[in-house]
Amino acid sequence: MSWAFWRRARRNDELEEEIRAHLTLAEREAVESGGTPTDARSAARREFGNVNLVEEATRDSWGGRWLSDLLQDLRIGARMLRRNPGFSLLAVLCLTLGIGANAAVFSWIEGVLLRPYPLVTHQDRMAAIVGTVRGADRDEMSWLDFQDLEKRSTLAESFIAEKITGATLSIGDRAETAIGSVVSANYFSALGLHLALGRGFEPRENVGRNAHPVAVISYQFWQERFHGDPAIIGKTQMLNRVPHTIVGVAPEGFYGTFVGYSWQFWVPMSMQETFDYAGSYKLEDRGARWIEGFVMAKPGVNRAQLQQELSAIAARMETEYPDTNRGRGVQLFPLWETPFNGAGLLGPTLGVALCVVVFVLLIACANVGNLLLVRAFSRRHEMTVRLALGAGRGRLFRQVLTEGLILSALAAGGGLVVAWWCRNLLPRLIPPRSAPLRLVGELDWRVFVITALVCVFSTLLFALVPALRSGKADITGALRAESSGVVGGGRKAWFRSGLVVVQVSLSFLLLVGAGLVLQSLHRLRSASPGFSTDRVVATAFRFSAMGYDAARAKNFEDDLLARVQALPGVESASYSRTVPFSLLGFSSAAVAVDGYQAPRDQQPAAEYSEVSPGYFQTMGIPLVSGRDFLRSDDENAPPVAIVNEVMVERYWRGADPVGRRLQVSGKWLQVVGVAKLSKYRSFMEPPQAFFYVPLRQNFGMLASLEVRTAAPPQTLSPLLGREIRALDQNMPVYEAISLREVVNRSMAAPQVAVMLLTVFGSLALTLAAIGLYAVMSCAVSQGTRELGLRMALGARASDLLRLVVSQGLALTAGGVLLGAAAAFGLTRLLGYLLYLVSPRDPFAFAASSAVMAVVALGATILPAWRATRIDPVRALQS
Amino acid sequence: MLPRKQRYQDRIQILQGTLDMLILQTLQWAPRHGYALSKAIRANSGEIIRVDTGSLYPALHRLERKGWIAAEWKASEQGPRLRVYRLTKAGRRQLIPQRSRWQRLTAAIAGILNPANARSET
Repeated sequence: MSWAFWRRARRNDELEEEIRAHLTLAEREAVESGGTPTDARSAARREFGNVNLVEEATRDSWGGRWLSDLLQDLRIGARMLRRNPGFSLLAVLCLTLGIGANAAVFSWIEGVLLRPYPLVTHQDRMAAIVGTVRGADRDEMSWLDFQDLEKRSTLAESFIAEKITGATLSIGDRAETAIGSVVSANYFSALGLHLALGRGFEPRENVGRNAHPVAVISYQFWQERFHGDPAIIGKTQMLNRVPHTIVGVAPEGFYGTFVGYSWQFWVPMSMQETFDYAGSYKLEDRGARWIEGFVMAKPGVNRAQLQQELSAIAARMETEYPDTNRGRGVQLFPLWETPFNGAGLLGPTLGVALCVVVFVLLIACANVGNLLLVRAFSRRHEMTVRLALGAGRGRLFRQVLTEGLILSALAAGGGLVVAWWCRNLLPRLIPPRSAPLRLVGELDWRVFVITALVCVFSTLLFALVPALRSGKADITGALRAESSGVVGGGRKAWFRSGLVVVQVSLSFLLLVGAGLVLQSLHRLRSASPGFSTDRVVATAFRFSAMGYDAARAKNFEDDLLARVQALPGVESASYSRTVPFSLLGFSSAAVAVDGYQAPRDQQPAAEYSEVSPGYFQTMGIPLVSGRDFLRSDDENAPPVAIVNEVMVERYWRGADPVGRRLQVSGKWLQVVGVAKLSKYRSFMEPPQAFFYVPLRQNFGMLASLEVRTAAPPQTLSPLLGREIRALDQNMPVYEAISLREVVNRSMAAPQVAVMLLTVFGSLALTLAAIGLYAVMSCAVSQGTRELGLRMALGARASDLLRLVVSQGLALTAGGVLLGAAAAFGLTRLLGYLLYLVSPRDPFAFAASSAVMAVVALGATILPAWRATRIDPVRALQS
Repeated sequence: MLPRKQRYQDRIQILQGTLDMLILQTLQWAPRHGYALSKAIRANSGEIIRVDTGSLYPALHRLERKGWIAAEWKASEQGPRLRVYRLTKAGRRQLIPQRSRWQRLTAAIAGILNPANARSET
């Protein structure tokens, strides 16, 4: 561009020289034919005509005119903006907030949902794969099924199996926990990653029970734990009490394939048993479902085609392995809907955030549009003069648009800086958890392009109308005295009032949204999940990771329980595999009941938990019938179960099932009790069929200890740690947190939504208040003459005050009505976040109206007060 | 019925074409600079056609861009540098159709102005 620019500058000089020569020759001739030099010069000039116009017309014939026009427009625009720094600053600030909020949310969506795995090539071809159960929910997949799918699929390039896992990491005599993943051997090559050091896994490392204790560690882990030791390859690291040879270091900037956490290590598939939570070996069991995976489609294959092929394969496997696969299928999800990591959790919330920031942008644009219109009024003179001097109306139009573009380009720059700052903001909106969250916004070229588009789009929004008006400047009209009144006003005032109404309605909408989610969060905080939360503390053990066998684990549990029950303030204590609302989740099993006929091709299933005697007492879950598990319900006793009320309704039609039989995964259990319904995974879930079995009859190597205490829960944590260490110095002590905390941690999505809606809602409110203030101030200053006249005719200050304030409130009322109508239709979108709150909750609507009214009053009172200070004499003279 | 804007552009094109032909015709005999060209056109038309500089220079630059004429800077005796235009081969080729078009146009106009003559000619 600069080359074209310089060439053009040279041609300009040449043109001037050419015309000078013309004038000189003409002048010389006039002198020769007997004129005085002065006369000759003016005659030559007269003959020639307007030098500037001729130059201009000639330049037009060069082509490429738009470029020089653009440069000129930019120059003029920049000059105009410098001349009104207050206006420019306010406009750029408004737009920076609007565009910045958008850029930040785009970068989150890009970094968390669309391309969550840095360095992984072809994320657009990657899909998450999960198993499905007919008539129930989704499930994990078995390794054998996964391998069969991989073998038979022709449309997939690769299948990546993995399972997130925690590991105990022994360094010297200290035990720490690390987070990592068991992966299929093709993991690094299928993702297109080049390791920083060493190698990825080899196909043979998929096979053999615990046969290949090798690990790849993350770059960060290598730096922090091994200080970037260049000779790290070949060294060993204890993971879950097994020495693993480090064979590779993952590339810098790769954090694994789990939205929310960054991984520290990877181990190959053959090591599954070592890293299983419950310590069971699952690689050769088609019924053991534990894998979460991804599929990389071949280039040009879309998800629907791949889904079709995989469903067909799964259907064939149903008939080949009816015992394990009846009613089982597979389902592909785009990465942003991945159900087994943070993407599925945050997806809808980021969608809501996107709507919210678009609203903020619209409000900001309305504000800037308003400012531009006010300024267009004061620039009427300039525009008229330019028109009179022959500027084309199209040119003026372009000039105003260019000025708008400068504003929003500046704001887009600022907005990207804002987005850069907000890159790491997401984890801070979420309640803290044991491992640090990694949810980072990504500012790549796609985000830049979208931000540029937003910039152009918003320019069109806020500058189009002022630009269209600029060409309509009325040359003769400008010479006449033009005054507009406070009441009525012209078309322009009408349009600007319309903008304010839109602003008010949009911010009202956001206020209602914020009100709804706030109320919902409040209800969630005080809601009862059906078990005690405040006085129960829980902590976890992973016996398999410590190399315990079942007998040793049982001994440890018995010893610890005795010690804990002796602690001051402890009322009761118990074990279970896991606690409700935890990320770990419950197991699910196929169930059958005498006399209950399930719909064909459906497999009735329910989730269950393995619990010790005293669990119901500790958790505060009432038994409505029958008895609790006893110590005698052990390995040698007949298997028993306690079912919940939903199961009673569904399978026994409400009749008391105590004494009846329940079949679980083909094994018959005796029902000994009925527990009250509670919440198991989240508050939002519908009533779930659920049952309990004794821990001793279904022992696992993973356990959670629950303690009901009369003392404050915080005081219990150090005591628990002391007792655990007294039994086994090496047993890692996980934090002991109250169940209230466990429940709160599960509320990430509503929490993020509340934060975003509150922050952006107040931002929107501020912007709308500024808009209202600007319109009212402008109406007062432009209506000075009318107000003065009213005053001269005897209006009192209070009358004028009322006049202006009522104008402002009328605009606000219009906006609130419009916003309420929109909110009525739109708040349904928040439904998934709302707990016991109707999307049309009258309280949220009323409170938002009240807030809006107060803000509007605040924004109009100053202009109104100024109206009362008008000096009628001066106003009428002007 | 053409939209108004398009009709307006047609009119402009006819006028432009005329000026272009005058320039090409005048440059046929010798290269000239802008001032000399305007004097030559005026003299050759018996002082009737005065080419407006606001049309002349845009036309010269436009023809140069089309490659029908070429320009080069030449020093004049005791005076400023002059930009001298000469007819190129492409320009010379243009001259014939331009002239025949003009002749058809003048005949047509003459026919309109003097219908009797036109009929007797055909």
